[in-house]
Amino acid sequence: MATEVTAGTLGEAEPQIRSELFVSRTRAAMLFLLPMIVALIVVAGWPLYRTIYFSFTNASLSNLSGAEFVGFKNYLSWITLKSGKTLYSGVLADPAWWNAVWNTVRFSFVSVLLETVIGMVVALVLNAEFPGRGLVRAAILIPWAIPTIVSAKMWGWMLNDQFGIVNDLLMRLHLIDHKIAWTASADTAMLAVLVVDIWKTTPFMALLILAGLQMIPKDIYEATLIDGVNPIKVFFRVTLPLVRPALMVAVIFRLLDAMRIFDLIYVLTPNSAQTKTMSVIARENLIDFDKFAYGSAESTLLFLLIAIITVLYIWLGRVDLSGGNR
Amino acid sequence: MAWALTRKAGFYLLVLAIILESVFPFYYAILTSFKSGTSLFEVNYWPTMFSWDNYAAVFQNGSFPQNLLNSIIVATLTVALSLLFAVTAAYALSRVRFRGRSVLLLVILSVSMFPQIAVLAGLFEVIRAFGLFNTLWGLIFSYTIFTLPFTVWVLTTFMRDLPIEIEEAAIVDGATPWIIITRVFMPLMWPALVTTGLLAFIAAWNEFLFALTFTSSNATRTVPVAIALLSGASQFEIPWGTIMAASVIVTVPLVVLVLIFQRKIISGLTAGGVKG
Amino acid sequence: MAELVLKDVRKSFGAVEVIKGVSLEIHSGEFMVFVGPSGCGKSTLLRLIAGLEDITSGTLSFDGEVVNGLSPSRRGVAMVFQSYALHPHMTVYDNMAFGMQLAHGTKEQIRERVEKAAEMLQIKQYLDRLPKQLSGGQRQRVAIGRAIVRDPKVFLFDEPLSNLDAALRVATRLEIAKLHHSMNNVTMIYVTHDQVEAMTLADRICVLRDGLVEQVGTPLELYEHPQSLFVAGFIGSPKMNFLNGQFAAKYGASTIGIRSEHIDINETNPMWSGEVVHAEKLGSDSYIFVDIGSEEPLIVRQNGTTNKQLGDNLKLAPITPAYVHRFDAQGKPMAN
Repeated sequence: MATEVTAGTLGEAEPQIRSELFVSRTRAAMLFLLPMIVALIVVAGWPLYRTIYFSFTNASLSNLSGAEFVGFKNYLSWITLKSGKTLYSGVLADPAWWNAVWNTVRFSFVSVLLETVIGMVVALVLNAEFPGRGLVRAAILIPWAIPTIVSAKMWGWMLNDQFGIVNDLLMRLHLIDHKIAWTASADTAMLAVLVVDIWKTTPFMALLILAGLQMIPKDIYEATLIDGVNPIKVFFRVTLPLVRPALMVAVIFRLLDAMRIFDLIYVLTPNSAQTKTMSVIARENLIDFDKFAYGSAESTLLFLLIAIITVLYIWLGRVDLSGGNR
Repeated sequence: MAWALTRKAGFYLLVLAIILESVFPFYYAILTSFKSGTSLFEVNYWPTMFSWDNYAAVFQNGSFPQNLLNSIIVATLTVALSLLFAVTAAYALSRVRFRGRSVLLLVILSVSMFPQIAVLAGLFEVIRAFGLFNTLWGLIFSYTIFTLPFTVWVLTTFMRDLPIEIEEAAIVDGATPWIIITRVFMPLMWPALVTTGLLAFIAAWNEFLFALTFTSSNATRTVPVAIALLSGASQFEIPWGTIMAASVIVTVPLVVLVLIFQRKIISGLTAGGVKG
Repeated sequence: MAELVLKDVRKSFGAVEVIKGVSLEIHSGEFMVFVGPSGCGKSTLLRLIAGLEDITSGTLSFDGEVVNGLSPSRRGVAMVFQSYALHPHMTVYDNMAFGMQLAHGTKEQIRERVEKAAEMLQIKQYLDRLPKQLSGGQRQRVAIGRAIVRDPKVFLFDEPLSNLDAALRVATRLEIAKLHHSMNNVTMIYVTHDQVEAMTLADRICVLRDGLVEQVGTPLELYEHPQSLFVAGFIGSPKMNFLNGQFAAKYGASTIGIRSEHIDINETNPMWSGEVVHAEKLGSDSYIFVDIGSEEPLIVRQNGTTNKQLGDNLKLAPITPAYVHRFDAQGKPMAN
């Protein structure tokens, strides 16, 4: 039985006389898709192309249209001095860029790891049935609902070195002996960013994992209860394998999201070399320093990185599926 | 017996910790917003005073009410436009079989993966070229890059689940695709539209990078940028009380909305996320 | 009213051919039933006639006009679906009026037709209700009503009774038969897998198997003169008894078939004999299963309640020799 009204099939069995129903539906479909496709081309396709284009030129904010082609100069170029020494320039030779890359990678992996683990714990709690479950679910939506900028300000206030409540609390508990400038100090800036991001994003992970957990049939757990299996074992041998597909999807989404991060870092720890991510440094060059072409090159590299990770994931995912999935 | 009791106690302790950890920062922001004067510089865990000074300051700030209005306008229009484009596109993607459909779906998904910074340079050029710089329409225009793929994706998922027979019955009755969308499917889809619209609204409301880059005057700024830029003359004059008040003003409606539509939001998030 | 002609109609989904060349004439005003086992293509054939699927090759004509290229509404068909397919957010009235509204009928015309159809089906009191407030049987009547309002040339039914319970099925079957009589004999095409429905409702039956027509004829024709082993075994309940080997050889055939209602106990001139292995007593009839030495026990029908017990030895013979159907090695009937 057909699952859609096809009024005609494509491929090997073209009908002799095509019904007007099929023709009109296909035409309508094209018409319906047109606005969306045009919008996406104008808002995403073309700008992406232009960004990549600019990265190969010497464009600047004041002279966008007069940009001239300069090849890979923004990415990497070198001059050999008379002394024999080679001077490298370009994004790929820029220590600030690589610092940003390292910050991004460091941030992404740590935050996603912690968000997954804590999210799993929260999801397991929410999956259990207990009075007050609704309260917990409502509570965890609050960090998610608060705009990122507001979270940054709220935590910025709590982490304030002079008047912040975090320092106060930690001092009272004798965990630290002097007030720490969490967001300003080089040692703790990244930590501060991680804390806020984990606070804000764990609910999302928890909800995605919860959805995966709820798809596991209850009788499997009942069977383990009857058999008297150790709950830790149940988790690692039963729950984890069954929730893995949902988990993997959630992780990849979060990872790609984390690599693009901008808002939190810009507002919580501005001008901090320890937290500047690729997005932050690219924008800095694009707008603040008017190194437009340079910033475009950095943007392109970030795009490439994310594209490669996405393609890898899809490719590996497909291999996984065919290679015996349990 | 004792072990079971300890486990239960431990469990509820965990629950308490989760609730506290989620809610405390917001609670503390509210607490702070009601403090004024020197009490701002004391650390209190419980409310000590109840003053509206900060809130008054926020609204007398000059542009904050305007910023609020800007955010409302931009988010609402972005969502309305996206839903309009998305509903029709979702019908084509979920109910009509045509060559290249799965490729198109993949393309739409990948657009939502674009880092915003990757299109910033290009969008900057386009927005200036269309004369949309420092206008609300410039923001509405650029926000579609993330609201449109999301709404199309989620609505396609929902529409795919609608029963085939009522569509066929409508076809036999002589309904065109437009009639099917407006009179047969939309009435059944409005919960999905509300959910999707709400999620897209929150995303648009939250947006910072484009708002920061494509607006240059206080009158056009949206709330996230306004809050980020709230500052005094020097480091020591950061108006924390005002900032907290502004934050609360902006967040309370959102939190209320989210709590009301909890279930729908959760199902919408997971529909979009666990698609895989 | 319309006369339908299918000429070598074929339908493929991708590389799979589902309808393999069906040629059929459906007379104007007749009640034609498509019947056959699951997967035989009867629903697909109906959908091709409706216009919900494209015909891959061959032609379909209504009153001489080829309609392959026309959309369903322009062909003048109306369809009753197995799952009723009522719009959940519209009232019964709106559901029934939908087609006419799309065709821009006036409010008065619509009201007149809807009320007339509702009257015919005794659902007038439900016009303001929503489908979810109705029972299955009522919903099905609304679905039929919707089709009536369209005033179609051809009425199509896609297994409309499958979702109803047994008692309701019989009652609704009667409604459909009465409908046919009262609607100036509109051409009706009805799909079912239930051969009892087919036998009771049809003017003519078309038996389908594997995308091809096995036989077309009146119920009685199919019952008395099946043109193949398949049709012989499909029509009639319980299934016709088939005997081969030495039993068939006695009649000079490869296989013989005889219906349980055509065998009786015959002490004087028995053809077969054996032990009773099972008996079904339904009150109105009984069916006795006798092991006569063939592959399957012979089923014999008896009026009322039988006194025969398990283990009894019975002598059986056909009531009339004419009732024995002879089939050759290809499963084709042999002349008597």
